[in-house]
Amino acid sequence: MTADDPAPAAVSAPLPAEGLDARLVVERGAFRLDVALSAAPGDVVALLGPNGAGKTTALRALAGLVPLSAGHLRLDGVPLERTPPEDRPVGVVFQDYLLFPHLSALDNVAFGPRCRGVGRARARAQAAEWLERMGLAEHAASKPRRLSGGQAQRVALARALATHPRLLLLDEPLAALDARTRLDVRARLRHHLAEFEAVAVLVTHDPLDAMVLADHLVVIEDGRSVQEGGPSDIARHPRTDYIAHLVGLNLYRGEAAGHTVRLDAGPAITTTEDLTGPVFVAFPPSAVTLHRDRPTGSSARNLWRCEVTGLETHGDQIRIALTGELPLAADLTTLAAAELGLRSGTPVWATVKAAQTHAYPA
Amino acid sequence: MTAPPPRPGRGGAPLPLLLPALAGLVFLVLPLVALLVRAPWRSMPELLTSAEVWQALRLSLVCATAATAVSLVLGVPLAWLLARVEFRGRGLVRALVTLPLVLPPVVGGVALLMALGRNGVVGRWLDSWFGLTLPFTTTGVVIAEAFVAMPFLVISVEGTLRAADPRYEEAATTLGASRFTAFRRVTLPLIAPGVAAGAVLAWARALGEFGATITFAGNFPGRTQTMPLAVYLALQNDPEAAIALSLVLLAVSVAVLAGLRDRWMTAS
Repeated sequence: MTADDPAPAAVSAPLPAEGLDARLVVERGAFRLDVALSAAPGDVVALLGPNGAGKTTALRALAGLVPLSAGHLRLDGVPLERTPPEDRPVGVVFQDYLLFPHLSALDNVAFGPRCRGVGRARARAQAAEWLERMGLAEHAASKPRRLSGGQAQRVALARALATHPRLLLLDEPLAALDARTRLDVRARLRHHLAEFEAVAVLVTHDPLDAMVLADHLVVIEDGRSVQEGGPSDIARHPRTDYIAHLVGLNLYRGEAAGHTVRLDAGPAITTTEDLTGPVFVAFPPSAVTLHRDRPTGSSARNLWRCEVTGLETHGDQIRIALTGELPLAADLTTLAAAELGLRSGTPVWATVKAAQTHAYPA
Repeated sequence: MTAPPPRPGRGGAPLPLLLPALAGLVFLVLPLVALLVRAPWRSMPELLTSAEVWQALRLSLVCATAATAVSLVLGVPLAWLLARVEFRGRGLVRALVTLPLVLPPVVGGVALLMALGRNGVVGRWLDSWFGLTLPFTTTGVVIAEAFVAMPFLVISVEGTLRAADPRYEEAATTLGASRFTAFRRVTLPLIAPGVAAGAVLAWARALGEFGATITFAGNFPGRTQTMPLAVYLALQNDPEAAIALSLVLLAVSVAVLAGLRDRWMTAS
């Protein structure tokens, strides 16, 4: 573990780098989180991953609510590993906001400045300004239980920002909202995050939230970062089943030789890309066509014998889960699914055009 | 105006349960009714306005309130420690704190004498260094009552603290609050109802305290003779006065129960 400790200050030159530079290692029983994060001021980083992946633990480690077992944490060049949470220039928006129920919206926002030594009247004036910026001036005197979910979220954001943090942490900022307000709140949050001049890190299990709000994604599974990059990059080139499923792609690993990829899962697949070596092949469920009888004269060279294992509505489409030569998901219109008379156990032929597949090096 | 539809099946409670239930109810209520029946209502005004009664009542209220204050100042932090800080031997500490709840109060009184009496483990130093004598003084009454009553407060506040979401304290620390500030400005207001309920419980217990008080503080009118002691003494020479005094304590108890009604009577 000593190898991971930050070098003594006398040896390491003061880091001029602004922003966040962290390697978070938290060990708790059998679970181990080990994630590296770095971001420049103005960046919005999303930690995306399934429940239990360790996203929230990472956030709590950044806030100082969970001690690091190893690794380092520097913010604007200042090491923070041993700094208690109350002395870190960090603001947190908690998942269910945790607004103090006995204080008005104004006093909730004024709480941080008050704790950091600002006088009562000044702290309240600053809080009023923040509420004004959030469009909540008329709710200043309201107790949190009188606020709607979206309003509470903005009060929580104002409360976190009122201490002028150099790192803003948001834990599932939209999870507590219903679908209707979510859209509106997401747009507002995006606006506020764009204005924020320091580093913001948000945790979410919703890929849409991550892609709309963040400009850099770190996908965490089982305590480790499995992929990171820009939203569009991750959406187009998923590297794990979890991400592929999230962005709605069929994903396979295989060995490429020219336009043919021999999949680990069994059959070969023809692609447009010309590659050699280990690759990923991805295609959307909408690229799959299903037939009851073996298609003749079809130009699709990717043809597999499958069996329906499940159907579920997916928006205005029906998503069909298939097993057989190649396990895959296919999207059909309700009408097409009805015409094919699909139900669990129906044998079908699945085809995918090479032009709709996408192969990239693994 | 429609009556609720009759429940299907055989209504009513079975006799083997109903009879003991009613007997239990009578057992609990009958003595209180008897107290009211035998109360010397005609001579009540003069009994209750006598100087001794007022003296005892005043002393009782003052001492119970002081004991509650002591319990709050020491008991709330103790409850916080038990609820929020993990340390080795926490279970043992909790057991020790709870012990006075089940300990016969007279044993508590003897124990206090051994600790704080003139020749007690600590008392002898208090006496020789500060000339401070606790037993058989009004301060001794407060100490005896606090010893018996504080566990009620600690248990009540600890329960409330455990039910309160500790993440509010975390939220406060991320905003720059020290742990103490977080406790004072966030946790304490959140658990205020539980603290109030615990304080009332402790106050009621202190008001009725008899065994530890008479053992540690004695029975001196005006100095250490609280209401329960006065009742006991009066019963020997003036039963009517004892009944009158008992009615005063009963009235106080009913008032306390009424005050807590919203919290406990309507619970569950």
